[in-house]
Amino acid sequence: MTVNAAGRNIPDSIPGYGEVNHFQGHDKRTPEGNRYGKKNRASFNSKTDKILPDIRAAISASGLESGMTVSFHHHLRNGDYVVNAVMDACAEMGIKDLVIFPTALFGVHKHLTRHIQSGVIRQIQGSVNGPIGQLASEGGMEVPVVLRSHGGRPRAVTSGDVVIDVAFIAAPTSDRYGNISGAVGKSACGSLGYAHSDAEYAECVVAITDNLVQYPAPNIHIPQYYVDYVVPVESIGDPAGIVSGTTRVTRDPMRLLIARNAAKLIESSQYFRNGISFQTGAGGISLAVAAYVREAMRERGIKGSFGLGGITEFFVDMMKEGLFERLMDVQSFDLAAVKSIGENPNHIEISADWYANPWNAGCAVNMLDTVVLGATEVDRNFNVNVNTEADGALLHGIGGHQDTAAGAQLTIITTPLLRGRIPCAVDSVYTVTTPGEVVDAIVTEFGVAINPKRQDLIDSAREAGDVPLVSMDELIEKAKGLTGNMSPVETDERIIGVVEYRDGTVIDVVRQLKKK
Amino acid sequence: MRLRRTKLYLPGNNPNMLLRGHLFEPDGVILDLEDAVAMSEKDSARILVRDVLKRGDFGNCEVTVRINGMDTDLWRTDIETVVPCGIDGIRIPKVENPKDMALMDEALSEIESKAGIPAGRTLVFCLLETALGIWKAFDIATASKRIAAICPGGEDLRADLKTTRSENSEELIGPRRMVVLAAHAAGVDALDTVYANITDDAGLRRETEWVKQLGFQGKSVIHPNQIQVIHDVFTPTAKEIEQAKKIVDAAADAASRGLGAVQVDGKMVDKPVVRRAEYTLHRAGLKSGGEKQ
Repeated sequence: MTVNAAGRNIPDSIPGYGEVNHFQGHDKRTPEGNRYGKKNRASFNSKTDKILPDIRAAISASGLESGMTVSFHHHLRNGDYVVNAVMDACAEMGIKDLVIFPTALFGVHKHLTRHIQSGVIRQIQGSVNGPIGQLASEGGMEVPVVLRSHGGRPRAVTSGDVVIDVAFIAAPTSDRYGNISGAVGKSACGSLGYAHSDAEYAECVVAITDNLVQYPAPNIHIPQYYVDYVVPVESIGDPAGIVSGTTRVTRDPMRLLIARNAAKLIESSQYFRNGISFQTGAGGISLAVAAYVREAMRERGIKGSFGLGGITEFFVDMMKEGLFERLMDVQSFDLAAVKSIGENPNHIEISADWYANPWNAGCAVNMLDTVVLGATEVDRNFNVNVNTEADGALLHGIGGHQDTAAGAQLTIITTPLLRGRIPCAVDSVYTVTTPGEVVDAIVTEFGVAINPKRQDLIDSAREAGDVPLVSMDELIEKAKGLTGNMSPVETDERIIGVVEYRDGTVIDVVRQLKKK
Repeated sequence: MRLRRTKLYLPGNNPNMLLRGHLFEPDGVILDLEDAVAMSEKDSARILVRDVLKRGDFGNCEVTVRINGMDTDLWRTDIETVVPCGIDGIRIPKVENPKDMALMDEALSEIESKAGIPAGRTLVFCLLETALGIWKAFDIATASKRIAAICPGGEDLRADLKTTRSENSEELIGPRRMVVLAAHAAGVDALDTVYANITDDAGLRRETEWVKQLGFQGKSVIHPNQIQVIHDVFTPTAKEIEQAKKIVDAAADAASRGLGAVQVDGKMVDKPVVRRAEYTLHRAGLKSGGEKQ
């Protein structure tokens, strides 16, 4: 066992995971050697068509065997049909012990439970939201889930930590030679940012499309020279689950209050000036922060440089209004973002490697001024948990949390002090997802706690006079005063989840819940 | 004088709102034991409100409790429970008899005395929710020194007036004017009733501008998102504040030099104008002379 730099006591080797590289600090581990390279292949003009009749034919052609690793992207979100369809086909073909390596799983993938229980799927390396997380937490998987951030995943791929045998890429549009677009088609999802590294590095790449078009496809996101096979199917997803309609700013007063506090902090900082770059999620508080910041930009005549990350209509409108020059889009959340990325040259698709991989010559998060992120818990050392809930169950992925927190100049975590009767500011988080050393401020409805190492932010917030400053200790005491101490989560020793930091070190582990 | 632009109702059975309501920075909070609480929950809500009051964590808000009406058998237990916590005041629903205020004054004095609270500390805010209550507004407002404000009702008053809600609340024009007149004649605040449509910010702004013009000092609020709109309306503009400061400074200067007449920008200024300027500074959260209150 070793106590890592986040203060967690982690075994030096974990069954089903292997030797542990312990977390040493956010910028301590650097790579050695070269990037991974996949096998060479050749194609000549005797082959001008990559179409196969169905998914089973593609599985056969790809050489997929039991024990291999298959990957998927999550751009179709909760509307995705592809992951379930490919796993069903693998099960029918008697393939077992697969490692699935999705960029994320959603509620719709609850269907995989049967394949986990029957042994088709041995391990998941990727976020496990909802029912599958619950299954894993209760010991329903033989091998621990490995969680990586949006930057940590392409790092694992490009460095060769994970070798993808077959990447199945849901393609809203493809031509017969494998040029893929996310911007058009009945299942359009906009950016295909998370699929790029898989296309580039997987030993075999299969595009599955419900919109086969004449060669060459329009708005090509993933080019033909990465793609081995194309499978036309009737439908790759349910459009209603792929993108949301209009994204509205919340009217929930508590969320608005937290958002207003966060916006005040941003406005008081040195980063609120011409050229500001900004990232928020699409969640209620995040979007409301963007709304307040937008208002302040208008009032003070500030023009930003770029909006980053998952892009919503709100950011598209800010660009149209001239409040951002450009959008760098790894994931398009709604219809307006999908439309914009197809039409506007200043709305740029970026890959996850470009977005957040710490092991390249410079990723986009490094250029970020401000990011607003969420949490399930924060602690006295500003460590943040986004993976587990108060009951200890593994229910959420990391997303870009670690990456943007490490990259941005001002990392703000917004969270209510309590959710129901559960405190969100605690002495020590149950799971460390993002280390406190890269977190600058915790913003709650009861006030804003700035990390003491950021005296510059404390000074500017004090000077502004309208940021309700409190200490982290005060927030924790306030939460305790309202709820009392929580009973500790009861777990077994067995590790069911490994939380990697973006550099591939292990920052924390999640243990199996004790049976009640 | 205390700013009472907004008084936010917090349901007495909702710990989430009771603990957080003050964070929205209304001028006051009203912990509600009356309409927000079902009859079966009256006891538990009273205990919850008491415990929240004991924490005493309400920022700069004026803390009041809406008790159950004096036509029920709950009001005595209500005040016996909440007044010893040292609240700023109680809000009494459906007041229509000035004699009830004398009875309440006596009951409050007794509780204050037992609890070691300064006599008269607990103010009284009267809700006039019936035609009779409106008719007797002045008598009610002058029935006890504790009375801090009178407030017209909304739906209850409409029902008693045998009318219904119209788009611009025309049916309440008369009662509102009577409350303003009675309040200022009695030297207490006139505080308006709630605006029920919590998603109609434009409608709230129109109504608030109108009641401000009538002479109200503030409004009750049922949703935190309404607070900023009302504060915007009741808070003077920078230009108004500047002008008010000039007038108040000129008046102070004239007084120090023993002059009766006050001049601002070469024009004579009457006493009522000086009083209005002082009130403008008060609404801006500034004392005479521009210091923060």
